[in-house]
Amino acid sequence: MLYTIVKQNSYQDSVNLMLLTNKISTMEGITKVQIMMGTPANKDILKAADLYTEELDNAASNDMCIVVDTEQEEKIEEVLEEIDNYLSNQAISAGKEAFETVNSWDKAVNALPDANIAVISTPGQYAAEEAEKALDRDMHVMIFSDNVTIEDERRIKEKAHEKGLLVMGPDAGTVIVSGVPLAFANVVKTGKIGVIGASGTGIQEVTTEIDRLGAGVSHAIGTGGRDLADKIGAITMLDGLKALAQHNQTEVITLISKPPAKEVRDEVVQLLHSISKPVVAIFLGEEPHNHEGNVYYANTLEETAALAVDLVKGNEIKSNYNHLEDEVPAVDLKPEQKTIKGLYSGGTLGYEAATLISRGLNLGETDHDQAGYLLNADGFEIIDLGDDIYTQGKPHPMIDPDTRIQFFQKAAQDESTAVILFDVVLGYGAHEDMAGALLPGIEKIQNETKANGRNVYFVATVCGTDQDPQDIDEQKAKLEKAGVIIRESNNQATLTALAMLGIQVEEGTKEIVPATVEAANVDFTVSEAIEKLMNEKPSVVNVGLKSFTNSVTANGGRVVQYDWRPVAGGNPRLRKILSLLK
Amino acid sequence: MYGQFKTIDEANRAVIDKVVSGAPFLTDVVPAKSVIEELNGKVLLHAGPPIKWENMTSPMQGSCIGAALFEGWATNADDARAMLENGEVEFIPCHHVNAVGPMGGITSGSMPVLVAENRDGGNRAYCTMNEGIGAVLRFGAYSEEVINRLNWFRDVLGPTLSKALHIKGDGLNVNVMMARAITMGDEFHQRNIAGSLIFLKDIVPFILQTDVDEKDKQDVIQFLADTDQYFLNIAMASTKAVMDSARQIQHGTVVTAMCRNGYEFGIRIAGMGDQWFTAPVNTPQGLFFTGYDQDMACKDMGDSAITETFGVGGMAMIAAPGVTRFVGAGGMDDAVNTSNDMMDICIDHNPNFSIPTWDFKGSCLGIDARKVVETGIEPVINTGIAHKEAGVGQIGAGTVRAPLAAFEKAIDAYAVKLGLIEAE
Repeated sequence: MLYTIVKQNSYQDSVNLMLLTNKISTMEGITKVQIMMGTPANKDILKAADLYTEELDNAASNDMCIVVDTEQEEKIEEVLEEIDNYLSNQAISAGKEAFETVNSWDKAVNALPDANIAVISTPGQYAAEEAEKALDRDMHVMIFSDNVTIEDERRIKEKAHEKGLLVMGPDAGTVIVSGVPLAFANVVKTGKIGVIGASGTGIQEVTTEIDRLGAGVSHAIGTGGRDLADKIGAITMLDGLKALAQHNQTEVITLISKPPAKEVRDEVVQLLHSISKPVVAIFLGEEPHNHEGNVYYANTLEETAALAVDLVKGNEIKSNYNHLEDEVPAVDLKPEQKTIKGLYSGGTLGYEAATLISRGLNLGETDHDQAGYLLNADGFEIIDLGDDIYTQGKPHPMIDPDTRIQFFQKAAQDESTAVILFDVVLGYGAHEDMAGALLPGIEKIQNETKANGRNVYFVATVCGTDQDPQDIDEQKAKLEKAGVIIRESNNQATLTALAMLGIQVEEGTKEIVPATVEAANVDFTVSEAIEKLMNEKPSVVNVGLKSFTNSVTANGGRVVQYDWRPVAGGNPRLRKILSLLK
Repeated sequence: MYGQFKTIDEANRAVIDKVVSGAPFLTDVVPAKSVIEELNGKVLLHAGPPIKWENMTSPMQGSCIGAALFEGWATNADDARAMLENGEVEFIPCHHVNAVGPMGGITSGSMPVLVAENRDGGNRAYCTMNEGIGAVLRFGAYSEEVINRLNWFRDVLGPTLSKALHIKGDGLNVNVMMARAITMGDEFHQRNIAGSLIFLKDIVPFILQTDVDEKDKQDVIQFLADTDQYFLNIAMASTKAVMDSARQIQHGTVVTAMCRNGYEFGIRIAGMGDQWFTAPVNTPQGLFFTGYDQDMACKDMGDSAITETFGVGGMAMIAAPGVTRFVGAGGMDDAVNTSNDMMDICIDHNPNFSIPTWDFKGSCLGIDARKVVETGIEPVINTGIAHKEAGVGQIGAGTVRAPLAAFEKAIDAYAVKLGLIEAE
């Protein structure tokens, strides 16, 4: 039934009335509604829509005509109330975002004039170009993107160095600046330990361990995995170390790297010995036997964190930080179940596990060349599921559980498998509930193997802090409830897995011996830009993945989102034409 | 390589200088065939780039039927349709004969057209008059009411305005009317009420001086008073006159026309002269009158995007806060963002049309096809939305984007023409 209400002398703009009509038409019990000014043309429209009533005959152009088609007369009052509400409250309540979104560098700089760091997550082939644009605007750069050529990396790092800026990356997963996590990073307490590393998950493991042990991090600088290659020559590592050395609040410096090229290593170590602050260094895969002067060498990421925490707290340095801490769970295995399958989302965590296992098995030098494998010997396999060969066209295993569940299944089908070792990495960037996402797969495997009269044990480490966006306790509880054995660190998880198979890793003790490297006379002055980076909350231009803004706004940094698009949609012919039509 | 210009930027600057110096005056209203030679035959003009009958939308076909009835080429709709299907009527794009037409853009010889004279370029452009809303030819209606109105346009409205303009003598300065209206909230595509009022205010004293019958005077003034969008067609003819003058410079990458025929969207760039570059048209998105929805929307039609080409319409969204909500549910911020985005694909601001709500920046000036391709930002066009069936009329209003592919083809062709790259 049609109900007509004519509000005399009640002019509203037609756009308002169309929006209002849309709103009212969504109310329950309303078949059709039209709200228009009573102009002759509008009356024609009402006629065409079969909404014309006689009451409209006398409506004039300045009368608001409301025609409601409903079977429930009592709805009319509700409609009128809603109309009054709408008309008296027309201010646009735009859900203001905590940051501006722009589509060019110039607008980004206008929106955030004191921006001092750009986070770049464009496709790799464009990342170097964008990094240069950031450097041209005197910003430090974090390049999350991978697939940047080493020539480009060298060029932009040299340019940055000359300008007194830092290029973190390419392929830098993790950075923390003054308590603001960037990209894939955890929320850790702010403190006096400065971290610099060539590996994302290495930094995540060390910073979360530092947090767990009750200390805090001043900054964590990711250099990118190739920074210590001889073609780059540790440009970022050296500048970053100097920055931390000059930073007053940083009392202990921690360095994480895979073994670098010899000449590069020498240059870095020389600098470490020239810094007046204690330094903890881990060259993953090396087996140091002593600390040298002010430079403390660690075997594991856990030890790296523990040394740094004892140093910063002024505790006595222990000779061994690598004990297996927890009891070894009792196991019930078939005779053929002798191997560990490590299925990692964090490459460095996998690398560490591979190192420990080959030590435990006395494998000596192992062949790491097989793509995706960090270890493949005697049925022991450690796989980096974040390796390019597994992420082609698929999300990274820190974001998506599918690849990992597939590999869990494959591992469980192997009759030699006794333990499946894995990591759950929390923090910004990572899946919001990876434990929950992996559980169905784990439980299915457990049921299937039990049905076949076998037990396959899951051992895991959860890399995160209780301040991370995910609830770490809940993540652990979910896994434990499903029978997953959880350990506090990757080292502990790996040692536990080995011990469950009766394998011990020989624990070396270390002493502090005088340094064999002499301190050099290094000029530690840093640029104004680096000093600002070290002493203020960052102002970020986020170029690419919008989700990276979350960690900045939530932790007191400022950010402008640059919705980056490739020139000419990435079409090579058009890009060429544009360059010709300059 | 670029004629007298050293660089593309220099050529583009010359083109936009002609846009800024453009001086359109509304000088007359005359029968179309008196100024467009081609219309002295069974010829209809249509909106957009060239199109065949079978590719026309239902509303455009409806307009053709209405025009055939109006011209007396047929006495009923069936005969008119048969004649059009048989190819007895030739179709020419408005743009090819110094004209522009709204929506279907169907223009026949006896229809009166507005005459815009560009005193800078010395050229003229033409456009039919706005029919108001409801059942109108431009949306494909051809009922008796529509034909009667066209007859009245031909017999009364056109001649009356012509007489008034002759009494005025030197025409009405359109730049002045637009400069005032843009400060009053018009963007000259979706909203023309201020412009229409200014026109009414300026023309009425002269209408009153004509020797036209009192009743006709009364009717003419009432029609102008009732027709909020009357000024749109004046703006279309005027901006067409200005852009046609600017495109005498046949170098560079400034867009000199954008138009749609319901089938294809066509653009021209200065450096490619008269050539059209086309891509399939989009369908406008927007707000709909009750009983209608997006599924009923006709594909994009009309030469009215000449206003956006000139830098107003959707390009000047921020000038018209009253219609910003067609962009989406947003308010001023969205309008500012839209116009700011449009500046990313334009070369400069037009100092003639300062926009108060945009910190008095001038309207957008010179869409650079290179910038469109580079950024992927497509020009936004404010538009009425026709029902996809002829005769239903306007069912809503909203915005539509000019398809990127047309701009890509244009700069590709230009690079080939300049010998910078092999044709693909």
